Amino acid sequence: MWVVDPRRSASARFADVWLGLNVGTDIALAHGVAREIVTAGLVDREFVDRATTGYEEFVAYVDEWTLERTEEVTGVPAPAIREMAHAYATAPMAQILWTLGITEHHTGVDNVLSLCNLSLLTGHVGRWGSGLCPLRGQNNVQGGGDMGALPNKLPGFQDVEDDEARARFEAAYGTAIPAQNGWNLTEMFEAMGRDELKALWVIGENPADSEADVSHARRLLGNLDVMVVQDVFMTRTAQMADVVLPAALGWAESDGTVTNSERRVQRTRAAVPPPGQARQEIDIIADLAERMGATNWGRPTAEELWDELRSLSPMHTGMSWERLEAEGGIQWPCPEEGHPGSPFLHGRLWEDPVGGRPAPFSCVPWKPPVDELSDEYPLRLTTGRVLDAYNTGVQTDKYNSPLRSGEALDLSAADAVALGVEAGERVRVSSRRGSIEMTVAIDASLQLGLAFTTFHFPELADVNQLTCDAYDPKSGTSEFKAAAIRIDKLGAGVRA
Amino acid sequence: MNAVPVADPRPLVELIIDGQAVRVPQGSTILDACRQEGIDTPTLCWAENLTPVNVCRVCIVEVENSRVLVPSCSRGAEDGMVVATDSERVRTSRKMVFELLASSVDLDRADDEVHAWMDHYGCDPGRMGDKADIATVAQPPKVQDDLYVRDYERCILCYKCVEACGEDAQFTFAIATAGRGFGAHISTEFDVSLPDSACVYCGNCIGVCPTGALVFKTEHDMREEGTWNEDAQSVTTTVCTFCGVGCNLELHVQDEQIVKVTSPADHSVTNGHLCIKGRFGWQHAQS
Repeated sequence: MWVVDPRRSASARFADVWLGLNVGTDIALAHGVAREIVTAGLVDREFVDRATTGYEEFVAYVDEWTLERTEEVTGVPAPAIREMAHAYATAPMAQILWTLGITEHHTGVDNVLSLCNLSLLTGHVGRWGSGLCPLRGQNNVQGGGDMGALPNKLPGFQDVEDDEARARFEAAYGTAIPAQNGWNLTEMFEAMGRDELKALWVIGENPADSEADVSHARRLLGNLDVMVVQDVFMTRTAQMADVVLPAALGWAESDGTVTNSERRVQRTRAAVPPPGQARQEIDIIADLAERMGATNWGRPTAEELWDELRSLSPMHTGMSWERLEAEGGIQWPCPEEGHPGSPFLHGRLWEDPVGGRPAPFSCVPWKPPVDELSDEYPLRLTTGRVLDAYNTGVQTDKYNSPLRSGEALDLSAADAVALGVEAGERVRVSSRRGSIEMTVAIDASLQLGLAFTTFHFPELADVNQLTCDAYDPKSGTSEFKAAAIRIDKLGAGVRA
Repeated sequence: MNAVPVADPRPLVELIIDGQAVRVPQGSTILDACRQEGIDTPTLCWAENLTPVNVCRVCIVEVENSRVLVPSCSRGAEDGMVVATDSERVRTSRKMVFELLASSVDLDRADDEVHAWMDHYGCDPGRMGDKADIATVAQPPKVQDDLYVRDYERCILCYKCVEACGEDAQFTFAIATAGRGFGAHISTEFDVSLPDSACVYCGNCIGVCPTGALVFKTEHDMREEGTWNEDAQSVTTTVCTFCGVGCNLELHVQDEQIVKVTSPADHSVTNGHLCIKGRFGWQHAQS
């Protein structure tokens, strides 16, 4: 296992090799690895010739990424880059797994494409044991997208702007569906800024704590004509709402399904009743639909909704409720009842001739983070999670974890000495967007110039006042992973 | 092409168990063969999601031409082997092992099947002497935090917790056996407190403990109060909320409150193993 991460994370400690690259240099590293695979003659030419397009152009494009230049940009020693390239290319099976360190950048989509290039060069895709896998951060990130909770997709990843697909859903739903893609989260905030979006219904999300440049986000939420929040807790967002709809907890108080990182659809089941006035989310939504004038919704059960989905989403059609019960989970696509489900995707690339469109190489440019380091903001801040906590802490602050360290700004020992601060000292942390007080901790494994903090304790440290809301134009995801900050002592040194 | 490689078919071996011819795939253990034939066999240190360490010796069987009794959990089934699971030697040995364990360890919270086997073999731990007079592992429970309790007067040193903490699941290696002879016990490195050890509070040790030595704080407290009532508990399988792995959770519920979380050992996603959030992070469901 090779771990590539600016920090020596817990996973890095388990790894055979850890490459501590500079924040925001993922594409540079991928291109350097690609060039090394090409120059060392380790390309799977048969696969490339048969199943891909754009190879020659790609080889020319990455030619500038010599090991030396890659080392200069990424900070990873050239021999380590070379060794990883060879280990990956020569492995009988190899997977690339990633999480938000790849996607929470203004080049998030290009970061992913640069990794896809590596799998295409080596044929590590579409085969059992090889592939590319985004590790999902919640139990149903995958399922939410699968169900069409995306501004450009209907359930089963069918395009909103595809007239035929839309017509099938319109016939089943008995209503017209807007023919244009909607807004993603970032575009919605921009629309709030233009006063075009005036009403918001937030379900199970806490943007008043979780958005990048959160002070700006709070101002926009505060300016809405009306905000409805449907949640299990009185989050900061719920406290700002005009109406709060208390909801049953998905995983312990509701029947339904969730879909994990490997596309496995599994049943959730109600084990305890929801407290007080909290209601099943299906009932809340159906009630609201009725108030808005819908007459044919009734009170569908989770199973009835699932069967409706199966009738409209071909990749789910074979997954009957009974099969999900009996088999303990099925991986999509599962197009008919007798289908066992699909442990991996893209097997078509190994068919002869290739089934469907060949896979294109992507010539994507490396661009440094938007929030540039300067004399005024000389340190790089990256945010992330720790093992025992979850997102803005709404759920995990309810149990007493012995591992909990609370909010802290991790610094390397050398940076702490240079700044004249020590562990436990309160300091002022500022970025181009905001300024908060935090407590210093020393992480001996951090590289020089890098600071780290979690975002689990917004009541203690409102970290997203510091983060940068520059975003990827394709995904709409903000560059949480790369803020430029400065650290100032508080007077003569204040202890926490 | 969506081919998933499957293992080469294994040749069968044929052995005799209690006079019956049994055919099992090569590489099976005697215990596998017994279970295939529906021959009940007691186990303490064996679990389907752990590598056998064969320390408890309650699964021993008699193999013809073998000088000593052999642990069925780890001894491979061989062609032509003749096995007896209910001979006088086996019965005496299993009874003795249970009696010796129960004489020095408090087994009253062990799994029900342990008690059923002890009844089956007519165990009388008291014949080893009064617990007040003989050496036992009696000691106060270690209550360190709100998550779980280490009640080592119930520990039979089956090593399951050590295996689950180490190479069979978590690769954390926070605990191991320390001391020798009767002084052997499960310990963190240098006996430091759990938060100071490598422990990541996954609770996979609790998940595999067969005697109640490692228990949820909720279960420990309810047992002390006399309110723990498994007959009044329901168990519902659902999916953990905290990440995209999709671990299955079995929520044990009593009086509409979650009192314990386990995970099915036969589920393909994590084979019964969880992390701190999945096993202990459920309080928000009842706050």
